[in-house]
Amino acid sequence: MEKIEVRGTAKRRVPGTSLRAITGVSASGNLEVLVERVMPDRECMVEVTTAVAGFGDIWRAVIEEFFERGAPGGLRFSINDGGARPDTVTLRLMQGVRLMETTK
Amino acid sequence: MTGLLPAHEQDWYEASARERIAGLLDPGSFVEVLGPEQRAMSPHLAQFDLTGAFDDGLVVGRGLLDGKAVLIAAQEGRFLGGAFGEVHGAKLVGLLRAARDGAKEGGPQSVLLLLDTGGVRLQEANVGELAISEIIRAIVEARIAGIAVIALVGGRSGAFGGGGIVTACCSRIVVSEHARISVSGPEVIETNKGVEEFDSKDRALVWRVTGGRTRRLTGGADRYVKGRVQDFRDAAIALVEKAPPLTIATLQAEQRRLAERLRLYGDAKDAPEIWEKAGLSDPTHMADLTDDQFLALPMPKEADHDAR
Repeated sequence: MEKIEVRGTAKRRVPGTSLRAITGVSASGNLEVLVERVMPDRECMVEVTTAVAGFGDIWRAVIEEFFERGAPGGLRFSINDGGARPDTVTLRLMQGVRLMETTK
Repeated sequence: MTGLLPAHEQDWYEASARERIAGLLDPGSFVEVLGPEQRAMSPHLAQFDLTGAFDDGLVVGRGLLDGKAVLIAAQEGRFLGGAFGEVHGAKLVGLLRAARDGAKEGGPQSVLLLLDTGGVRLQEANVGELAISEIIRAIVEARIAGIAVIALVGGRSGAFGGGGIVTACCSRIVVSEHARISVSGPEVIETNKGVEEFDSKDRALVWRVTGGRTRRLTGGADRYVKGRVQDFRDAAIALVEKAPPLTIATLQAEQRRLAERLRLYGDAKDAPEIWEKAGLSDPTHMADLTDDQFLALPMPKEADHDAR
């Protein structure tokens, strides 16, 4: 078990008023992402708990790219990971942003 | 939630616990209790190097079903096979006790249990078994208080182990073709009794013995539905009104029902022998029927009853 925390800044505050959303599932090859609007508008953060240790550099690269592309200002993402591939991680993070923009 | 189809159009088998709830209840009516942001997670899994889930694999709350207040719990069958652990179990016990306590005070009169579980988690076996016992007691107490407890089964993990017992304690049971309900799962039987007794890789055998169609034909389930979330919703709406109370008379009827079933079919070696004795035409091809064909079959008299 390994915990990874990555903080960043974002170009914008994610629009919408929803306070939280959850997507994905904590299972082998998958991950669940809990998104909460608890950060200052231009800051963001991802906390990862993963069953697969030793991939910290890849996690940081994926998350920093997501901060740049997804501009998830104001959001904290908490992840329970069951060994998802990087593309799945990016997909779930982007789904999380979309849910925060679209749900009430 | 993230699917392309509206929630009620989704396939029950493929949908997540949250998607099932969204499509089963009236749109937008679900209010979660002890949601993932509360992080009520298993305190046991980390020592086995297993990642937890923010809701410990069980979503509980309240909402409206066709305008009527209900309590609801849904297991996420993809997280540890939907298995019961300490927190997961405690959430369900709390929901059922809330139903019991509210029964006489204008609270919801029914509980929907969306079961999708392999049984008790091996990593929290003792507390998991205790949870099953407490859940069974809580279902019995809720039913005595007049609450209808409806089990809905059709997920990838079925309802096995303690989950099979919990299902059997409910007032009414809804299944789809994907449903499997049993206590000892196929792999457990094979491990203990050998592959000659039960080949868990033989999917046709597994479904003939534990599957939704078998359960429906022998009275082990009260409704058979096609696999959409909407189909489960329609069945739940119909059943919450007609669930039998848990009284001595109901228990005696259940005892008579089971004794009669044993008398009629106790010596059958496999399900097709039962269908044949029950007078169903073409008993060996039950699995090949479409859902519509199966639903059009005349049910054996023991399939419908006032027991449970």
